Amino acid sequence: MKLLGILAGCAILAAAASNDPVLIRNADVYPVTGAPIKGTSVLIQDGKIADIGAKIVAGKNVHVIEGKGLRVYPGMLDSGTELGLAEISAVRETVDTGELGEFMPQLRALVAVNPESEHFPVVRVNGITSVMTFPSSGGGGGGGGRFGGGERQMISGQAALIHTDGWTWEEMEINRSAAMHLIFPAIAGRGGRGGGGPAPDSVLEIFGNAAGAGTYTAARRAYEQQIAKLSEFFDDARKYQKARAANEPGFRRDLKFEAMIPVLDRKVPVAVSAGRASTIHDAIAFAEKQNIKIVILQPRELGKAAAELKAKNIPVVLGRVLALPETEDSPYDEAFTLPAEAYKAGVKFAFGTFNNEFVRNLPYQAATAVGFGLPYEEALKAVTINPAEIWGVSDKVGSVEKGKLADLMVTDGDPLEIQTQVKYLYIKGKEVPLTNKQTRLAEKYMGRQ
Amino acid sequence: MNRVKILLAVCIAIAPLSAETYVIKNATVMTVSKGTFKGSVVVKDGKIAEVGQTVIEPAGATVIDGTGQYLIPGIIDCHSHIAADGGINEGSVSVSSMVDIRDVLNPEDIAIYRALAGGVTTANILHGSANSIGGCTLPIKMRWGKDAQSMIFEGATPGIKFALGENPKRAGNPVGGGRGGAATVQARYPATRMGVEDTIREAFNEAKAYKAEWDDYNAKVARGEHPIPPRKDLKLEPLKEVLEGKRYVHSHCYRADEILMLLRIADDYGFKVRTFQHVLEGYKVAKEIAAHGAGASTFSDWWSFKVEAYDAIPYNAAIMTKKGVVVSLNSDDAELMRHLNSEAGKAMKYGGMSETEALAMVTLNPAKQLGIENRVGSIEVGKDADLVLYDKFPLSDYAKVQKVLIDGTIYFDRDKEVSGRALKQAEKQKLIDKEKQNQQRQPGRGGRAGQGGQQ
Repeated sequence: MKLLGILAGCAILAAAASNDPVLIRNADVYPVTGAPIKGTSVLIQDGKIADIGAKIVAGKNVHVIEGKGLRVYPGMLDSGTELGLAEISAVRETVDTGELGEFMPQLRALVAVNPESEHFPVVRVNGITSVMTFPSSGGGGGGGGRFGGGERQMISGQAALIHTDGWTWEEMEINRSAAMHLIFPAIAGRGGRGGGGPAPDSVLEIFGNAAGAGTYTAARRAYEQQIAKLSEFFDDARKYQKARAANEPGFRRDLKFEAMIPVLDRKVPVAVSAGRASTIHDAIAFAEKQNIKIVILQPRELGKAAAELKAKNIPVVLGRVLALPETEDSPYDEAFTLPAEAYKAGVKFAFGTFNNEFVRNLPYQAATAVGFGLPYEEALKAVTINPAEIWGVSDKVGSVEKGKLADLMVTDGDPLEIQTQVKYLYIKGKEVPLTNKQTRLAEKYMGRQ
Repeated sequence: MNRVKILLAVCIAIAPLSAETYVIKNATVMTVSKGTFKGSVVVKDGKIAEVGQTVIEPAGATVIDGTGQYLIPGIIDCHSHIAADGGINEGSVSVSSMVDIRDVLNPEDIAIYRALAGGVTTANILHGSANSIGGCTLPIKMRWGKDAQSMIFEGATPGIKFALGENPKRAGNPVGGGRGGAATVQARYPATRMGVEDTIREAFNEAKAYKAEWDDYNAKVARGEHPIPPRKDLKLEPLKEVLEGKRYVHSHCYRADEILMLLRIADDYGFKVRTFQHVLEGYKVAKEIAAHGAGASTFSDWWSFKVEAYDAIPYNAAIMTKKGVVVSLNSDDAELMRHLNSEAGKAMKYGGMSETEALAMVTLNPAKQLGIENRVGSIEVGKDADLVLYDKFPLSDYAKVQKVLIDGTIYFDRDKEVSGRALKQAEKQKLIDKEKQNQQRQPGRGGRAGQGGQQ
């Protein structure tokens, strides 16, 4: 009965969606970028946060939401998804990540985003208003690396920052080229169930055979060859850029190299998937040499690389906090404590779930990090303002501030706590219904006699 | 009778001799069966001796201060594949009831310790889902450091794994096969859900005839005759036990149609399905599951990873509960297993279960499903002292396990785990140094001799 009540409530909300101004009255506002303001009001107008203050009076046509006992937060941003690109991970026909080809910077995730994907309304219910969607997650779930040429990719294409609501991918776009995705080469892994991914340095250093394909020496050589190939591609792109600027005779437009220009100009960061400390170290060295901006994705360890990241001001997208340790003798809470370790080292970071199925659990990953030593405020920032800054859109989203897009979630409690419900959700000022395929099925079958 | 004696002997043999007497004081005690209150629990001889707002402290008891902390019954995972030494799928046949998890238990699987650190004290260890009828299963206790035999939950009714839907179909549709393509692997029956039904029916058809032979033989013996016993069939023996109600059927399933299909087979052959596992569309046929008396052990919120998981809803556990099914939340995964407490929290979020109802889904309900609720699953006097102490409200990801007791013995202690790390690291370093020296003495053993690698 209670369940039906909740669902019925959602259905009514759906009817209220319109472009009229909205005043959320007498709520507690958590801007994230500043101290909480108790008992205040937020005015949403023309898709933006028009005003915040206790004395705002509701004008004509203003839809008033009574916010007493509720909290207003910025909508959350997941920095690692394939949302819109992958529907059912086991069915290739529904997965558009992992294109063929080793260097594919011209590919754009944005154009393959299906706005009607069932994943969008599912993640919205938990307050996620925008996501980074990657052309290949570089493993770790979804279709990344499992289909097509994904496993052999280095540059998989351009990741897009999108809203989780919109009629078309153009309307969903926040930044169509928020990052260029590079899957940094890694020394061959052990493979096998549970072992997955490259062997950690600690293992490789001692037991060279853990590299799988022959000896460590051979694996190391293959790794260096891969990096050389990558450098060559960047060097070629730079030559192209020069030829283009000089309008050299015989110059021909090349879509791959065209796509690299914003990267070479440091206008678009390269999101580098790098799991191990030594890979991160090598990725940083590569970035220095090529003079590019980078963001590290899904590190499984930081180790000595933490100080380097801090020194060079390189941000990190932390992957699943709820993950098993890398090796049998790693501490059981290795992944749980990684965010606290990053924080203590002064590394700037955001969270990503890297598996469409678990995007809605983004806040709970952050909560686990808090349980294992990360200050609460930092966890909240890592799903709001930090990713907005990392992806260059902090003027638009990531906090509750006047003038920003009205991407807001109104909750009945702490959003990182599992039991908390999102009561209202706004994306670009539009109230989005908190219903989805799952609430509809629940309602339908709860009613079965 | 003999069997009972053996079981008793086993019980005595594994009873922890060193089990101390503990008083866990001033904690928020979430008993699951008898409410939640601020109070204390006395643990003696491996059992829960007293529970209450005030208790009498036995002389010489070690006090565990639970102030500000939460005490819950040990978590029970009704679906796990840890500690099975890779013996997950005997994929060569569609009916593999002759294999048994008991034979492959690996007490040194680190996943046991990790699960323990996540508050799990008991787990149902199952085969995989490649076969319509998989192998024999059994629950274990996470007695880390003990041998395989001592891990087995003594006296628990064993089970057998069934599997419906996409997974058992897979071997019937090998990669590279299908229309036009030359199969690289021979297809194995069945390839459809129809074939899965037939496979299970054929097996029970055989098992019923086999049981009749034995019943006939036993009746003759009882009459004082001396007949020749039937030949023992190791494949049919576990199915005969199912028909006799001596072995539980735990069936992997996703879709409503296949759930209903197995219920009807069970009705026709006169056995009970003990639990449906995963049962992601259980909410669609909750009425039928409840009427049969089967339990449902599901995921909290997994969905969309395959077609048969596309109608999965996080309200599944709540809806089935409301419709009268005993529901548990399981992990099926060595990682998820470590936070079933917060998985239970999701049943509060999606579908409005109470704290107690939600917590029961990872404690008392799986205990009922495994037929061990007289021993574990709630904090009650006389039950095994399988207890977990959390620093915060446990149905949340903010909560961390502090201590885990099994049979009244502390098997996990976070303070000791953390403070012991330096020592372990030093020991590891010593071994590494030794190995490095060995490699320098014997180059070519796969080390990185001569490599100028960084770090």
